[in-house]
Amino acid sequence: MIRYDLREYRGLQEIVGPIFIIREIHPVGYNELVEITDNQGQERIGLTLEVGQGYAVVQVLTGTAGLSLQNCRVRFKGKPVTIGVSEEMLGRVFNGLGEPQDGLPSPRREEIADVNGQTINPTARDYPHKIIETGLSVIDVMNTLVRGQKLPVFSGSGLPHNILAAQITRQARAGEEDFCIVFAAMGVKYDTARFFLRSFEDSGVLDRVAMFLSLADSPSIERLMTPRVALTCAEFLAFRKGKHVLVILTDMANYCEALRELSTLRGEIPARKGYPGYLYSDLASLYERAGVVKNLAGSITQLPILTMPNDDLTHPIPDLTGFITEGQVVMDRELAMRGIYPPVACLPSLSRLMKDNIGKDLTREDHPAVAAQLFSAYAQVKEIRALAAVVGEEELSPLDHLYLQFGESFEMSFLSQGIEESRTLEESLDLAWEVLSLLPREELARIKEEMLEKYYQEKHELSGSH
Amino acid sequence: MMETVGRIYRVNGPVVEIAEVQSLQMLDMVEVGSLRLVGEVVHLRSDRALVQVYEDTTGLRPGDPVYSRHQPLSVELGPGLLGSIYDGIQRPLKMIQENQGFAIGRGSHLPPLDRTKLWKFSPQVVSGQEVSSGEVIGEVQETGLVKHLVMVPPSVSGKVCQIVPSGEYSVDQEVAVIESDQGKYLLTMSQHWPVRRARPYRRKIESAEPLLTGQRVVDTLFPLVKGGCVAVPGGFGTGKTVVQHQLAKWSNADIVVFVGCGERGNEMADVLLSFPELIDPRRQRPLMERTILVANTSNMPVSAREASIYTGITLAEYYRDMGYQVALMVDSTSRWAEALRELSGRLEEMPMEEGFPAYLPSRLAEFYERSGAVETLSRRTGSVSVIASVSPPGGDFSEPVTAHTRRFVRAFWALDRELANQRHYPAISWVESYSEYLEEVKEWWDRNVSSEWLALRYGVMDLLQKEERLSQVVKVVGPDVLPPSQRLILQICGLFKNAFLQQNAFDPVDAYSSARKQFLMLKAIIRFYQKAQVAVKSGMAVSRIRQSPVYQKLLRMKTDYPEDKLSQLENLIGQIDDAFQLEEF
Repeated sequence: MIRYDLREYRGLQEIVGPIFIIREIHPVGYNELVEITDNQGQERIGLTLEVGQGYAVVQVLTGTAGLSLQNCRVRFKGKPVTIGVSEEMLGRVFNGLGEPQDGLPSPRREEIADVNGQTINPTARDYPHKIIETGLSVIDVMNTLVRGQKLPVFSGSGLPHNILAAQITRQARAGEEDFCIVFAAMGVKYDTARFFLRSFEDSGVLDRVAMFLSLADSPSIERLMTPRVALTCAEFLAFRKGKHVLVILTDMANYCEALRELSTLRGEIPARKGYPGYLYSDLASLYERAGVVKNLAGSITQLPILTMPNDDLTHPIPDLTGFITEGQVVMDRELAMRGIYPPVACLPSLSRLMKDNIGKDLTREDHPAVAAQLFSAYAQVKEIRALAAVVGEEELSPLDHLYLQFGESFEMSFLSQGIEESRTLEESLDLAWEVLSLLPREELARIKEEMLEKYYQEKHELSGSH
Repeated sequence: MMETVGRIYRVNGPVVEIAEVQSLQMLDMVEVGSLRLVGEVVHLRSDRALVQVYEDTTGLRPGDPVYSRHQPLSVELGPGLLGSIYDGIQRPLKMIQENQGFAIGRGSHLPPLDRTKLWKFSPQVVSGQEVSSGEVIGEVQETGLVKHLVMVPPSVSGKVCQIVPSGEYSVDQEVAVIESDQGKYLLTMSQHWPVRRARPYRRKIESAEPLLTGQRVVDTLFPLVKGGCVAVPGGFGTGKTVVQHQLAKWSNADIVVFVGCGERGNEMADVLLSFPELIDPRRQRPLMERTILVANTSNMPVSAREASIYTGITLAEYYRDMGYQVALMVDSTSRWAEALRELSGRLEEMPMEEGFPAYLPSRLAEFYERSGAVETLSRRTGSVSVIASVSPPGGDFSEPVTAHTRRFVRAFWALDRELANQRHYPAISWVESYSEYLEEVKEWWDRNVSSEWLALRYGVMDLLQKEERLSQVVKVVGPDVLPPSQRLILQICGLFKNAFLQQNAFDPVDAYSSARKQFLMLKAIIRFYQKAQVAVKSGMAVSRIRQSPVYQKLLRMKTDYPEDKLSQLENLIGQIDDAFQLEEF
């Protein structure tokens, strides 16, 4: 048996961007780990992108800056990229490849895991059924988050998506014993990472967070590895240690751009807007790592954040993400401009897993109907506002005016809430009834008679009680 | 064992190039490398071949051996298919889970049908009888709902020289021997069929029976026939999957084959966990007894995703050949087309619009042409209906997959983002959708429900068209400038959308409406409109209509009148007349 993994080659054929081509080598495996020692004796790691008889195309995860054709030494390890994982990774800060960045030694490794993870067999999945109360009315009532779900935040530059993600993280942990957070930053500025760090610190969860930071100044190619490394750590914590892991991935747009960069360099045929045809499959290989597995205690819930280029919901990145994830929380610039926090655009936001997990015996009996009624009434408000913009408010019917009042109250008292304010689901639902009670009873067609009997109060009573 | 037919030359994702190729044919199944990953030959050139591998190719290296099965990608057909869940190339996912745990490992070669299970076989032919292709030689009660007919494979015919007596047999055991000029065939209860070839039938026939789905907007406005094809396009979040699930649950097909092609794992988990609990409303048995699931979720290998829709339709054709009405649901064909594009890119083929290969339309045409109602080889009638969702990027229906699909289907249920945002579900747009099957199903409605049906249906479509135009005007000048008769149209269409078109999939009463209930509801609304029209003409204010008790009753009739109280719904229609006569407003 020849030990190929001990063989070392000197010299490369071609370097382009983060990729190099090496020839006259033994047969090496596809998608396997490559170690490179550059002229200065620095170690780098790479991955085989394509292998053929006597050659290999390698992407260097730490970038090719400083590599030369002549002097670097290359070893093919004959195994996929793996990282050591352990519970001790919690409370630590790593770079995008899983190397410690906080000056402390590497954590003791309990297991070695392939960063590509394993495909969960659909028959082994349990349907997510435990809701996570985030303390935010708009999410808990209208877009309920469920353990094991992947719910992205679609945002735009300058919108408070990070503040929202931090608030969700802070409030969702309430009452949870084996809860932890895996945070992966891809190509964001240090400020963003520091913001999250401080937020975790302030809420006293820092020792339950593993951070993987590939900041804006790291080579873009490293971003392709970062979410994989982070999810591998999350999988270990969830499925081996039985923890409920919340994974925050920010910003997925930067990840996709790194993928496009690499694809273009390889001369691949682009699909939409220059993104490779496999963008969907590639994103799915990350997002589908969320879930709950039958007979295993833990779970992985994903909260990916992505900034939509030009706030465009039909851009390939949010579009393909939306096709994979179980809903989305969409941020709205207009609400943000009016100072409303959280500026969640209610109508395009959606949680797909909500329907089976709310209602009688799960949350509260009136929850599904209230959510449906809020959506439909708010859609009505939007239409009336559009009309009012043309014909003027004076021309509207008395009923239309009631809707406008409802809309105002919905945005100012139901949707709006403080950055530190956490409402129970009970409180949020009661608040929803308060705003719905501004509408005449016969307008509430989505709610059954017996519920109206129980919860609906005429608006003058409303003004009396408050 | 299997011989080596070549060695790996190059690996690029799921595409593997093979050198030193001997005796390979196009579309042959091969096994690659030491893990024996399954793949299919897609390109041959002198001594080189390109293979698309159905599993993750990590670790494959040049020089590794390649073996051939010398047969194209095939599925195994026989008792035990119903209730199973397979991946895109018919590997049994439940058994894989039992053997490998929660993650899917590579190189699994488990057989699709359970080898150990015994089936009670009762012969339907006697020794000495002449049988032809497709003829039934025996029966097996496969599930409480479905009798499985064991058929002579399509290329075989001759004289039965041996048939086993009634008794319990496994799918591997011989049940009959057939003798022909070419020799003897040993028949078991299972047979193989290449997925990319349509199974033969005697002839196509016209189908006039609607595939009833219990979904009002579908059955009443845009119906489908047994053997028909419909595309369901919609951007993300518009409810494609819920529509598919509803049809899988409620449609009056005998067999449902559900292909989850590149979709979410959690959704498949939902289907897997909920279907065994759901009861077929017509026959009081678990729905799983008539369902086969093919699940190739988005994180499973892309080439198997490409194969999954062929696996699905072959399974559907097999039950069609037994004389069943089969519904094939594909969610979603866009993921299939994208898999095709991805593989095409790796094969370095010339791309056409949006990077899709030039053969996309012909592949779509081939696929949809496998649907239809047929007279089978054994002179039964069976059908395969295809309900295919399409996921156009950005919800843009002019993109290649949607545009080409339109050419090959005769019904189109366009899902609308505006409606979905208003939580109007099912979000099937009445402006963009159509069905060419209307006239074909008319006779069925005439005979079984009422001869008024088509006229009422056109009547309400006419109102919806008018409303569409009027609402353009309202957007500019407000509703108050419209004359009362036009404001009434807006009011009635609002009622129709709320009371009829919106249907709550999660409400026990509302989830399913029989054809009769749909007709009565439609009739009630039209009757109300006709009466209100007269009243408004003679001076009644349109705003009063909304407050009338009978209007409120109409608004809630979908949930207030379950299937066993339809006579009360008929009474309600009578009450409309009275209400207007007595001016109870």
